[in-house]
Amino acid sequence: MTDMKKDHETNSDLPRAVGLRRILKWFYAACAIVVLLDLVIHRHIYHPWESLLFFYCVFGFVACVFLVVAAKWMRKLLMRSEDYYDGY
Amino acid sequence: MGIDIPPFVIFFAGALLALMVRRTLLSLICILVPLVSAAFLIFSNSPEARIETSVIGLQLILFNPDKLSLVFGYVFHIAAFLGGIFAWRIRDPVHQAASLAYAGSALGAVFCGDLITLFMFWELMAFTSAFLIWCGGTRNSIDAGIRYLIIQIISGFLLLAGAVMHYQQTGSLEFTHIGLSSTAATLIFIAFGIKCVFPLLHNWLTDAYPEATPAGTVFLSAFTTKVAVYALARGFAGTESLIYIGMIMTCFPIFYAVIENDLRRVLTYSMINQIGFMVVGVGIGTELAINGAASHVFSHIIYKALLFMSMGAVLYRTGKINGSDLGGLYKSMPKTATFCIIGAASISAFPLFSGFVSKSMVISAALIEGYDMVWLALLFASAGVFHHSGIKIPFFAFFAHDSGIRVKEAPTSMLIAMGIAAALCIGIGIFPQYLYSLLPYETNYSAYDATHVLAQIQLLLFSALAFVWLKLSGIYPPELRSVNIDAEWVYRKGFTVAGRWLTIATQAVIASTYSILLGLIDRVYRMILNTTGLNSRVAREWTVDLAVAIVVLLFSIFIIFLVAA
Repeated sequence: MTDMKKDHETNSDLPRAVGLRRILKWFYAACAIVVLLDLVIHRHIYHPWESLLFFYCVFGFVACVFLVVAAKWMRKLLMRSEDYYDGY
Repeated sequence: MGIDIPPFVIFFAGALLALMVRRTLLSLICILVPLVSAAFLIFSNSPEARIETSVIGLQLILFNPDKLSLVFGYVFHIAAFLGGIFAWRIRDPVHQAASLAYAGSALGAVFCGDLITLFMFWELMAFTSAFLIWCGGTRNSIDAGIRYLIIQIISGFLLLAGAVMHYQQTGSLEFTHIGLSSTAATLIFIAFGIKCVFPLLHNWLTDAYPEATPAGTVFLSAFTTKVAVYALARGFAGTESLIYIGMIMTCFPIFYAVIENDLRRVLTYSMINQIGFMVVGVGIGTELAINGAASHVFSHIIYKALLFMSMGAVLYRTGKINGSDLGGLYKSMPKTATFCIIGAASISAFPLFSGFVSKSMVISAALIEGYDMVWLALLFASAGVFHHSGIKIPFFAFFAHDSGIRVKEAPTSMLIAMGIAAALCIGIGIFPQYLYSLLPYETNYSAYDATHVLAQIQLLLFSALAFVWLKLSGIYPPELRSVNIDAEWVYRKGFTVAGRWLTIATQAVIASTYSILLGLIDRVYRMILNTTGLNSRVAREWTVDLAVAIVVLLFSIFIIFLVAA
């Protein structure tokens, strides 16, 4: 983990950071647009929850945060050293 | 219409040829065989072809294609062709022959019409594919290949036992709908389930595939598990338990995929997730759901091959595959990175890519049939697969922190194979009607309506937003060199640990018994020694007079008894 942090610092050159910031700006804009489209486009729905405002946006975000946080917690339980199975 | 030649015949002939020709011709054979076989399948074989043979009184149906098996047959040819190009540089005849024989066995399995023939191809797949793992050439690949083979053979024997019992009960070996109704059916179901990576039976996949050669994994990812999906669709369509099995398969591997370091192993976990969608489709069993499962097999094989090829190319060039060792490779391998992103977009089911037009059918089927819980789980799994396959794979290999690795772009043959696969992914995504026309049932399904497209884009963009937020805030777990415990622990370590405990316990029991016995013997021995030996109290303290007195006493008692009697 410490190696990774070090790599991050030494290699985060300025042009890349600027590029990243630009990409992220476009990305946030796209997110905003699909949120707004939710208000405009009429859906054919099969399930009552689909008619909740921003259902898919909220679901996608919450699902992924839950996924990562749960996986991180799982690591405490399941992670072993790389040679765990060696010698068996 | 010409003559009917089953694809497996051509592939097996090609495999034999590969073992005999000069090494420069080897790669050519691997590309030509799928093409020739596909040409026969499309142009020469009649649609109702049926080749039978009789062995020891059993009627075996070697070749009997229908609409369901043809979908699998076509895409297997595409996979063999892509794999053949990708493996162009391999000059090992064993590897090439094994991959052809393996593809041939898979084609034999989907086109055969009875359970015994299915069993034979089932086992042939196991043996031939094991070589692709062993060719990985490391100690790990040898061990993993052996574990893989043992599990595959167990699956085969369960299938054989089930088939024999099924024959005794019904008098028929024909492979049609079986349904979960008898012990025989249950055995066959579990046999299919092992190859189909049902939860807890799944670790052979995550254990062995990442140890195979870069090209070997491309072949492996296409055939074994999809033959199992086909077998379930033929024998157990509409079996409700499959819906829940599939649902679990879509959800649990994504957690592992997030924390796994080996990027090819991440892909194997996402394979289980994708196969889960197919199993759900088979379990629902309606026309839309079966179409969804079949079309998802078709798109999945191609984009999964593409992802494995891109990671294979990375491994081939850098010799590394751990996320913790890679990063920044887009500078060295921009084309591979682009193809990888196309594969990632396809598996994430972005509109205009292949995964979208097939996966949405399964999700729609779950919703229409009123499986609300399953629908929510599939949505969660869709967001999750984007997270780990769509973002994690390209991000940690080609972007993230710069690992400083500078290599050449992937070889041309690999780029061509990836290019064709990428073109197919986009082609299917934009023109899904060609894929839909191949499906087992007529369909007027349209993936591209405003509802589907907007819902999917919202789901994906906000999953990506979650990734960005987690990454920027430092919550996202770093890639760490590690092993994560999974169900395989039972047979990779559990038995050994159990054995070790058993040994210790046995030894303890033996040792304590031994020492107790020894103590007893010691005391008895001392007692005997104390009472009888020369140095005993008896020997030391008894006088002759006393001895005579005792003898006289005993003698008198004896006489009295005698007289009294």
